[in-house]
Amino acid sequence: MNLNKIFRNTLLVISASILLSACAVKTTGKMQGDVYTGKDTVEYLASGVPDRVFFATNETVLTTASRETLRKQASWLRKNSKINVVLEGHADERGTREYNLALGERRANAAKDYLMTYGISGNRISVISYGKERPVDSGSNPLAWSKNRRSVTVKAN
Amino acid sequence: MKKIIFLIYVCLFIFNWGKAWSLIEVDITRGNLNPLPLAVSPLSVDQNSREKFKDLLKLDDIGLEISKVVENNLRQSGLFNPLDQKAFLQKPDIAHIKPRFEDWALIKAQALITGEVKIVEEKLRVEFRLWDVLAGKEIMALAFTTVSENWRRVGHIITDKVYQRLTGEKGYFDTRIIYVAEEGLKTSRIKKLAIMDQDGYNTKYLTLGNELVLTPRFNPTNQMVTYLSYFKNLPRVYLLDIETGIQEVVGDFPGMTFAPRFSPNGKKIIMSFAKDGNSDIYTMDLESREVEKITNHPSIDTSPSYSPDGKYICFNSDRSGYQQIYVMRSDGSKVKRISFGNGLYGTPVWSPRGDLIAFTKLHKGKFYIGVMRTDGTGERLLTENYYQEAPSWSPNGRVLIFYRETKSDSAGKGFSAKLWSIDLTGYNERMVKTETDASDPSWSSLLTD
Repeated sequence: MNLNKIFRNTLLVISASILLSACAVKTTGKMQGDVYTGKDTVEYLASGVPDRVFFATNETVLTTASRETLRKQASWLRKNSKINVVLEGHADERGTREYNLALGERRANAAKDYLMTYGISGNRISVISYGKERPVDSGSNPLAWSKNRRSVTVKAN
Repeated sequence: MKKIIFLIYVCLFIFNWGKAWSLIEVDITRGNLNPLPLAVSPLSVDQNSREKFKDLLKLDDIGLEISKVVENNLRQSGLFNPLDQKAFLQKPDIAHIKPRFEDWALIKAQALITGEVKIVEEKLRVEFRLWDVLAGKEIMALAFTTVSENWRRVGHIITDKVYQRLTGEKGYFDTRIIYVAEEGLKTSRIKKLAIMDQDGYNTKYLTLGNELVLTPRFNPTNQMVTYLSYFKNLPRVYLLDIETGIQEVVGDFPGMTFAPRFSPNGKKIIMSFAKDGNSDIYTMDLESREVEKITNHPSIDTSPSYSPDGKYICFNSDRSGYQQIYVMRSDGSKVKRISFGNGLYGTPVWSPRGDLIAFTKLHKGKFYIGVMRTDGTGERLLTENYYQEAPSWSPNGRVLIFYRETKSDSAGKGFSAKLWSIDLTGYNERMVKTETDASDPSWSSLLTD
């Protein structure tokens, strides 16, 4: 009887925590929350140095994974001091064109600021926003949009 | 007693006057579910003129062609129902001189448009009349002369005059639309500036598609356009003279400038300038080149649009945390948020009548085009869709044009971008004909006023 109750309570706690975690960070396939975590659109500046970071809807905050990617880019840029980069900021198609241009600019600058805190001179980094004009995935679905909300680091020379 | 007689007299007078005025009248403030039936007779052309127009314009019957322009305009307005010309009993030339009103009443026409075109000193001279069929009298007559290449515009001007006479408001038919013509894959879309007549004819491409161009807008005299170009991969606001084709960068900003529009007097350009992740609103005086910073806030401030008197600016900002619509004085003071409904709001555009602001709204995954009063009250959503944005007002403030995109799969299949228009009433939603896919429409003012 008592055991049964304890068992039931434990079950409740477990199922509740499963539910909670599902609410907090829903990891479905290639997304965490609605930030893209897949690799299939990523290109590499050098071995182990991914070229892009992804953002949540309407957000310009860098995720933990994004910061790790940018730290790798920063150390690669420190080793290759002759290389300058352009940070291309993008938005998904679910916004107005003009606001998305501003949002893309803000995303690219979030990445730029982070590279600068890791010692890369602002002179080596330029920024351009494409808003919603240059998606990598044409799909009209949340996964495609998550791939498109990005800042891509491109060699300028 | 005398007083009473006088009063009766006044009443009679008012009654009569009112009656004379309301014989045919079209109410454009409500959705019009019973468009006014009217007849647009082909314009009559004498033999000699007909031959000359044939040589000049390669048109068999210019009178018929002009009447088709008028007919199409009136039908598209949603307020009129032009009757089938096959049912007409009277010949164009006779109808123009003296219509047999019984014949026109028989086919249920309440108004009749007749006219005559001829060549006078190598120019096109047109004369037209508007008749009230039920009252059996002429209610308007007008004649004008123009170069014959402008024959479609003749149709638009006639429509404007008829529209104004029957609705009491200025028309919007002798106008142009500037927009972005689109081609190619969604991931590498090719975009060109294009200009066309309001009814989709006479399309001209103003750029070649070598660089991305966005958001073109006319100046008040329709000779200049301001837009965003990625020329040399530097997104900047440009100014283009449509006649000469001369382009120039607006100002010398060390970063992206975007979302440009002219001030109502055409002397300034208002736009956003993005620097270090922050977009603020600036103006530049086109004569003195003086630049003025209007907003100063660490949030995104964009999509500015002046009130028609130039005293206020509405704009889009996310200073509350999300995209909302704000109004401020034109010097940047007295900023006030006006959108408070559920969802995100963008692209505010002040109506040419001054009383409303049109906007795009994003709520629960749907996009809406709507209007609200300039203090934010009276929000009304006109149309809902998967994706649509960027409304632009007709010069009389009665119609909005915007663009709509369709869903696509990851290969881009199913994608299209088209121009649409809808009446302020929420009725008469129509796709606007364009040669290619199209977006970012901007309506000119009346070319002849």
